Amino acid sequence: MLEAFMEFFRQLAEDAPRWNFIFFYEERQWLRIVSGIKYTLLLSVACVIFSVIIGVVGAWLQGAKSKFVRRSVQGYIQFFRNTPPFVQLLFFYFALGQFTPTILGDDGWTEYPIISNIGWAIISLSFFAGAFNVEIFRAGIEAVPESTQEAASSLGFSRLQTYKEVVLPLAFRVSLPALNNNLVNLVKTTTQAIGIAVPELLYESVGIWNDYPSAQYPTMLLLFVTFILLVGVLVYGMHRWETALKIPGYGS
Amino acid sequence: MENNTWSDDQPIVSIQNVHKSFGALEVLKGVSLDVMKGEVICIIGPSGSGKSTLIRCINALNDIQAGSIKVEGLEVHDSKLDQLELRKRVGMVFQQYNLFPHKTALENVMMAPIKVLKQPKDEVEKRARALIEKVRLQGKEDAYPGELSGGQQQRVAIARSLAMNPDVMLFDEVTAALDPETVKEVLVTIKDLAEEGMTCILVTHEMGFAREIADHIYFTDRGVIVEHGPPDTFFDNASDPRTREFLSQIL
Repeated sequence: MLEAFMEFFRQLAEDAPRWNFIFFYEERQWLRIVSGIKYTLLLSVACVIFSVIIGVVGAWLQGAKSKFVRRSVQGYIQFFRNTPPFVQLLFFYFALGQFTPTILGDDGWTEYPIISNIGWAIISLSFFAGAFNVEIFRAGIEAVPESTQEAASSLGFSRLQTYKEVVLPLAFRVSLPALNNNLVNLVKTTTQAIGIAVPELLYESVGIWNDYPSAQYPTMLLLFVTFILLVGVLVYGMHRWETALKIPGYGS
Repeated sequence: MENNTWSDDQPIVSIQNVHKSFGALEVLKGVSLDVMKGEVICIIGPSGSGKSTLIRCINALNDIQAGSIKVEGLEVHDSKLDQLELRKRVGMVFQQYNLFPHKTALENVMMAPIKVLKQPKDEVEKRARALIEKVRLQGKEDAYPGELSGGQQQRVAIARSLAMNPDVMLFDEVTAALDPETVKEVLVTIKDLAEEGMTCILVTHEMGFAREIADHIYFTDRGVIVEHGPPDTFFDNASDPRTREFLSQIL
């Protein structure tokens, strides 16, 4: 079965040289794709998690008593929302990366930066998407009536408890559709990590079509299909979540 | 708090010469009143007269500019006061119920004792079920607020407040948002509470109800208490022209 599959694409490459699906019949190229997908998944999952955390914490800090804290959050949002994410990525890696400490490798003389290019990609993309998430959650928080929070505080809830137990669960539900959009964008934006040589799917794909120009169209096709599937899974999951969180008799 | 010498022969809520402004608008212009333990008092008056503001000042949802409010000897507006100490003593029910829409009726009642007082869950649940029964909502434990009528939601809100074992209950126009046919069930619940000896402070427009359950009626207008007295005297022999005018419009 697998043999026949590989044979089909090997034959196709011979008959139609522009359609060289080399990764379907050459194991080495296949492994590059698999490895690329793994990094894309790693970046996506890590950035989704961290950017949501940043959004939740940032939205909480936006309601802080201290003007300095509120201004700082606002400054953060302005910076990351109003500058290109690709430039942010380069800045994090090349500028900030220079000032982070290094560690010595096993050989005793190679120096490795404490934060790898993958680390920087996760950090910069999380902050980028996190800036939008703060705004998204803030909109959700504003939809929670002040009077509901008053009820909580009259029951003795502290500000943090009110946020955790009442405001956030309600705001989160309101925010989900907008959050969904932003996370979809985030997953697609992970391809920018190619700019600092993170070996994710785009990086590996470019590698393959540089080595085998005849594989260019098929590899692009593979990129599209992979992202459609990846984003599809994310959207499906978010949708299921939205349904699961629906409160009977509320907000419809 | 450690020097709190309050005992229950003193007023449980003592309001002295309270002034409160929202910006340039002075809403309370020197209000004083005392409530003894177990008393039921009703505050009535035209809208905008400051009655809701006054009741909200008692549990520090609003701050005050001058004067003093003490609950069981605790100075409510002392910035050093642990707010939790106040909130444990004072329960509040709102006009719009303000239940937590993402929690069932039972969870609404259980939440504060578990999260705020850190009481063990099974003990709280037992008490919460008893409270739900007390407000006559057995069978509705697992319903979400959105699935309940206004009157039912308001009774859950009363149970939720009682779960904290308060010594004083504040009711802020709790029937004003209800359909007429559900007003009664809420009033009956409050009456039960009052008869059990709970100290209650109500802001209300239900004059018949006020007359029936209150030990003392206060009439506020434009930020001051114009007149007060026991219900019979108050309703039948109001002395101040403003009170008489208000009563003639409403009764």
